[in-house]
Amino acid sequence: MSHDLLQILDAKGRKVGRAPRVKKDLLLRMFRAMVETRAFDERCMNLQRTGKIGFSVPNRGVEATSVGAAAALDPASDWIAPHYRDFGMLFFHGMSLERMFDNMFGNRDDVAKGRQMPVHFSFREPIPYLSISSPLGTQIPHAVGIAMAMKKRGEKGIALTSFGDGSTSTPGFHSGMNFAGVFGAPVVFLCQNNQWAISCPVEKQTASEDFAVKGEAYGVPGVRVDGNDVLAVYRAVSQAVKRARAGEGPTLVEAVTFRMGGHSTSDDPSRYVPPELFAEWEERDPIQRFEAWLCSEGLLEEGEAERIREEAERKMMEVSKVSEAKPRPPLATIFTDVYAEMPRHLERQMEECIHHHATRGEGVDEKGEFPL
Amino acid sequence: MSTTTAKRAGAKARELTLVQAVNDALRTIMREDPSVLVMGEDVGPKGGVFLATEGLTEEFGEERCFDTPLSEDGIVGCGVGLALNGMKPVCEIQFQDFIFPAFDQIVSEAAKMRYRSGGQYTVPMVIRTPYGGGIRGGLYHSQSGEAYFCHTPGLKVVVPSTPRDAKGLLIASILDPDPVIFLEPKALYRSFREEVPEGLYTEPLSTTREVRPGDAAVVFCYGAMVPVCKQAADRVSEARGVEVRVVDLRTLLPLDEDAVLDAARDSGRVVVVHEAPRFCGFGGEISALIAEHAVERMEAPVVRVTGFDTPFPNTLEHYYLPDARRVVDAIEKVLDF
Repeated sequence: MSHDLLQILDAKGRKVGRAPRVKKDLLLRMFRAMVETRAFDERCMNLQRTGKIGFSVPNRGVEATSVGAAAALDPASDWIAPHYRDFGMLFFHGMSLERMFDNMFGNRDDVAKGRQMPVHFSFREPIPYLSISSPLGTQIPHAVGIAMAMKKRGEKGIALTSFGDGSTSTPGFHSGMNFAGVFGAPVVFLCQNNQWAISCPVEKQTASEDFAVKGEAYGVPGVRVDGNDVLAVYRAVSQAVKRARAGEGPTLVEAVTFRMGGHSTSDDPSRYVPPELFAEWEERDPIQRFEAWLCSEGLLEEGEAERIREEAERKMMEVSKVSEAKPRPPLATIFTDVYAEMPRHLERQMEECIHHHATRGEGVDEKGEFPL
Repeated sequence: MSTTTAKRAGAKARELTLVQAVNDALRTIMREDPSVLVMGEDVGPKGGVFLATEGLTEEFGEERCFDTPLSEDGIVGCGVGLALNGMKPVCEIQFQDFIFPAFDQIVSEAAKMRYRSGGQYTVPMVIRTPYGGGIRGGLYHSQSGEAYFCHTPGLKVVVPSTPRDAKGLLIASILDPDPVIFLEPKALYRSFREEVPEGLYTEPLSTTREVRPGDAAVVFCYGAMVPVCKQAADRVSEARGVEVRVVDLRTLLPLDEDAVLDAARDSGRVVVVHEAPRFCGFGGEISALIAEHAVERMEAPVVRVTGFDTPFPNTLEHYYLPDARRVVDAIEKVLDF
């Protein structure tokens, strides 16, 4: 059986379903987060094209899925085990923009100390946002374990894990869904079906009619939602969160969206995505759609959207310059955090490394800092 | 070389086999720390295929010792999640030969989480698994995969060879803040008993244990090869009127390199023994370490006695596994060089 697509706003922003009862503040927060997500994405693409950063992952087009889902979570109790195309979750929860850009530059203030590629974020605050891994689907069983721990301790929290359509083919999806079903873990599986796994379209990924149906075999209910409709995503994920909190177990939410760009900055989608598909999905843009509805409801005043957009773009420019100006992490950070306590063999290797570069006059002092 | 230390051990001790000592370790730490969980295939009411977890579900309930679906990737992946969120999971992989579906979770996730999150997220978990030959288990119930894990920064790799160490090292591994691969020599599970201290007793990780003193040569070994090497060293020592030292490495990663180098320098004659295949095996690392740092004190080339670079055979397994005679030959070779 295939699943109906839950939609509240159509592509033009006209209400076609029952809107969730949400306060104006929250709606505007969602809108602002979507706009900021796009502004951040555009800034990062520019930074990459001008050679300032090495890599980015386009998020254009998937903003409603990330933000709608994030808005359903309680940062005081819930966890996110994300994938890399989910900037919007951080913007909704008010993550420090400077810390995000610090990661993009891998500088001294990057919480991961420049060890990871750009966009592989990892934050504890304002909401636990688990360190992103490049191998796909590995975060899915983590979310299940995190949720199992909450259940064992009788806590109210839930874990949400997000992943793309391609990740449904990984062992992590299978084992995560299976364990969640068996143990009744309070977890929400959010499949961001953006239709492409690098160059591989969904029909080459699965013979299933859709992704939501994959839950059935694990005893996990599946729902399918228009991923470019932030209200629909918010409703579907809120219901899944409510089920999980009530002890009713996991839910799989498939959000149907479209990746309006390449897989990453190293990818050229014009080699494999038919151009008419981009044109078609441009018409379903999640931000324009939400903006049109907010205006029609009188929730956004004339010119307000433009002010929010300009403000976001200005912030991106300002903060990225702050992060860009910071120095690299010291050499010793190659060797720290491998273990809680540094073993003797790593101490030796660290001393050798710092000594080698310091004595060759490569701009490194005896502490491994880069003063020059 | 560190001497063994017993922490908070009661004066009392009990005679236990190695597998009973594993069970005692789990029971002891589970009584002490409610965040310790035991999970894996058949570890629940059945008590595990080797009975290492016998009686734990009965005492601690299904919430703390539970059967999982048959999925190593799921056991370790969910174990990582539990560890990320305040629990201390002890995951059992039924045979080390079956661990490979979980390799990605171990190598890409558990081992790297602290590093890649800048210390914000950590994975205090233990993966226990029986390894090694000697039970007529053929290709897939006999392998020694320690080298795969020793090549992964962020992991600790621990291999006990006695009941006492099995308990002390397992509790220490569970209390350790980093992920530990705990390889149990299944050939020794029930081969002998020894006195094991009662209570919360630990042995320090990253230390070696002297099995037999000596100054003529030194044999480095671990796991099920320890009694084999002890027997070989006894024979050579008696026959030649010399004393051959045997050192149980017991933690392979992070290795106590200073202890290895000191022992190598003492006699300048070294044999390394393991069941695993030779090529890129742990013996190669010991040999290279000595070549780099102690070559001026060496009287003979380092000799390795290992499994062959073949899959593990069934009928002929005792020709594959190093035995006392092969180790005797190697010791004589370094003595006579």
